[in-house]
Amino acid sequence: MEGLTLSDAEQKYYSDLFSYCDIESTKKVVVNGRVLELFRAAQLPNDVVLQIMELCGATRLGYFGRSQFYIALKLVAVAQSGFPLRVESINTVKDLPLPRFVASKNEQESRHAASYSSDSENQGSYSGVIPPPPGRGQVKKGSVSHDTVQPRTSADAQEPASPVVSPQQSPPTSPHTWRKHSRHPSGGNSERPLAGPGPFWSPFGEAQSGSSAGDAVWSGHSPPPPQENWVSFADTPPTSTLLTMHPASVQDQTTVRTVASATTAIEIRRQSSSYDDPWKITDEQRQYYVNQFKTIQPDLNGFIPGSAAKEFFTKSKLPILELSHIWELSDFDKDGALTLDEFCAAFHLVVARKNGYDLPEKLPESLMPKLIDLEDSADVGDQPGEVGYSGSPAEAPPSKSPSMPSLNQTWPELNQSSEDTAIVHPVPIRMTPSKIHMQEMELKRTGSDHTNPTSPLLVKPSDLSEENKINSSVKFASGNTVDGYSSSDSFTSDPEQIGSNVTRQRSHSGTSPDNTAPPPPPPRPQPSHSRSSSLDMNRTFTVTTGQQQAGVVAHPPAVPPRPQPSQAPGPAVHRPVDADGLITHTSTSPQQIPEQPNFADFSQFEVFAASNVNEEQDDEAEKHPEVLPAEKASDPANSLRVAKADSKTEEKTAASAPTNVSKGTAPLAPPPKPVRRRLKSEDELRPEVDEHTQKTGVLAAVLASQPSIPRSVGKDKKAIQASIRRNKETNTVLARLNSELQQQLKDVLEERISLEVQLEQLRPFSHL
Amino acid sequence: MAVCIAVIAKENYPLYIRSSPTENELKFHYMVHTSLDVVDEKISAMGKALVDQRELYLGLLYPTEDYKVYGYVTNSKVKFVMVVDSSNTALRDNEIRSMFRKLHNSYTDVMCNPFYNPGDRIQSSRAFDNMVTSMMIQVC
Repeated sequence: MEGLTLSDAEQKYYSDLFSYCDIESTKKVVVNGRVLELFRAAQLPNDVVLQIMELCGATRLGYFGRSQFYIALKLVAVAQSGFPLRVESINTVKDLPLPRFVASKNEQESRHAASYSSDSENQGSYSGVIPPPPGRGQVKKGSVSHDTVQPRTSADAQEPASPVVSPQQSPPTSPHTWRKHSRHPSGGNSERPLAGPGPFWSPFGEAQSGSSAGDAVWSGHSPPPPQENWVSFADTPPTSTLLTMHPASVQDQTTVRTVASATTAIEIRRQSSSYDDPWKITDEQRQYYVNQFKTIQPDLNGFIPGSAAKEFFTKSKLPILELSHIWELSDFDKDGALTLDEFCAAFHLVVARKNGYDLPEKLPESLMPKLIDLEDSADVGDQPGEVGYSGSPAEAPPSKSPSMPSLNQTWPELNQSSEDTAIVHPVPIRMTPSKIHMQEMELKRTGSDHTNPTSPLLVKPSDLSEENKINSSVKFASGNTVDGYSSSDSFTSDPEQIGSNVTRQRSHSGTSPDNTAPPPPPPRPQPSHSRSSSLDMNRTFTVTTGQQQAGVVAHPPAVPPRPQPSQAPGPAVHRPVDADGLITHTSTSPQQIPEQPNFADFSQFEVFAASNVNEEQDDEAEKHPEVLPAEKASDPANSLRVAKADSKTEEKTAASAPTNVSKGTAPLAPPPKPVRRRLKSEDELRPEVDEHTQKTGVLAAVLASQPSIPRSVGKDKKAIQASIRRNKETNTVLARLNSELQQQLKDVLEERISLEVQLEQLRPFSHL
Repeated sequence: MAVCIAVIAKENYPLYIRSSPTENELKFHYMVHTSLDVVDEKISAMGKALVDQRELYLGLLYPTEDYKVYGYVTNSKVKFVMVVDSSNTALRDNEIRSMFRKLHNSYTDVMCNPFYNPGDRIQSSRAFDNMVTSMMIQVC
């Protein structure tokens, strides 16, 4: 076997064990039984034990000499650390923890076991390496170790004697000392965290060299090799060595890192540098972390990028899952990079995890960035407070929320606001559109007149709609503020709101035709009298239809009444009538022509009346039929034209007047009679014509001229009266028909207008 | 309030899918799978405009008798799908949006973790799990 180099701690430990096994006190050979017991106490599988025994050469020798025993113990440590059992590993594996043996009957063993495995018992978790201070932080568990600690208390008593051990340094395993530790945060920080793992930290090959270096650091704790005390307290020398280890390991690891065992060094160091306050970082630890940080990022104020950190922490051989958890905890600002504080926290967590601590759900307050080495109690419960505090930076990342929140908000706001407006505005909206619609209907009824009475009506509905819009927008804005949306959003959605309101208005207006359908009946009488155009249309329709039908109906009677006058002017009438081209039915029968003029016009009569007075009747009797039909023909034509434009009524009258005047006819007897009747019928048709004041005046004039007319009427009276009666009947029938058609037309026009309004209001939405 | 939350990668395989009633998970998996078609359709419909103008929140993808499915797409074509119980009438659109926003933030945090390889399943992030649990626990 090659030479075995043992550290002082190891030396002491092994010698202690050797003496333990050396029942016979041979100082050279240990009893196999005891050795086996010891190995069994190491909790190693039997084959491993056999392997160890073989490796150490005991099987060869048949007994455990000191060297074999020492080798065996070292191999036990190696096995317990999880490394493969090889002869070379004895010396190559550095930083090996002391072999652990379960407590046995022997007090010493129990002491050792207790000291070495106390934490493991407290944790009861792993056979791994050192379970340092978790037990420490958990004073409750100290009771578990009470029994085991008792033996140690005696050892503790001896501690003060050790220069290494300061009162604070009393075996960390003892609960009261632990409590002391926990209560003295600042003072013994440097030693406390190391004290726990101390017992397990002895085996550092370089410990001896490091210890000397550590002396400078540990002013009060010269690494003693108080070997005399070593036997009693496995704790303290290891503690001291551990203390020395720490800086030593720091230096070691920087050099050793590249070596495969470097990772173990790191692990061990991590094990040592754990926590007391469970998550507190000691100064040494922090110093170490800072040094490590510098190796990656020279600038202490800079960041370590995620990839570099990943490589670094992957070396710890922790599972990626755990590393990712650690990262989540430590990367406080979620920026994918580690600041110095974050790095230290992460490192600390890695160390903790290596030592078997479970990762916390939240970052401990002591590890919060910029909150390292807090003097707070070990209560981890403060974390929430800290988390809350540091939650503010964490809130910043949420602001990086993707997309355009304003867009996201406006969209639902529009929907909601539309709903709100729907809720807010149902009543007002419904009210006004109906009024508007009513007015629209009235407009339609009176619309084509374009007269003054209608124009204000035209204006009013627009005003009302605007008012509605304003009301809706105002209400919407209020609704928005109620909902707490941003004003900008409310503004942006106002137009849509208004539009929607308008749409609602439209919808209401759309529905209002139904609502106003009942009202239509009142307009019915209107067309007969309200608008000149309608009247004209009535007139024209009645004239046209009446002319057609009257012509047809009155055709037979028309023939007899004036065969003479109609015949003569017939061809003449045809020409001007045809020239007009507006009255098609006039071409159907020449006999209709006189009916038409009979039907249509009073302006001719006016002219006639005027001309009758002026002109001779006889002379114009001949011309009259020509003129009359011509005039009458022109009149229906003119009346038709007038139907299209109210403003043309005057023109018509003017046109008819000049035509009449141009024709210069004298009032004829027959024409006057039909004129009279026509006047009457026309009066029946147009009782309330306002627009045709001129015509009424003409009527009046004609009526006034009537007394002069009947003179010429003689034989034709009866025929004419009969025809008149028939005409009147047809006229009434046609009038009724016309009125109904007019009503239907108006309804259709109303619907058309409402649809047009809806379309216009829907157009802006089509752009969305 | 969600019954099932799923994170789908760009290539349309699930990165993370979790259902609250642990039984009948397959049903939710199917629903999520079918919703992907709707998501693609919505994406392509808006595809004319640049991605910037495209809204990330897709809204209700399709309703079934018992459930409603909402969708959300990130700029990297990672899709979040959320299945919500229809009986939750109190659930408003804005709340769904906020839930998706939280999901997105947690997802970006997961991506920032250097130990997470993009394209892996999100099984390592405890924070993400906690956030999803909080969103799903609200149901009952």
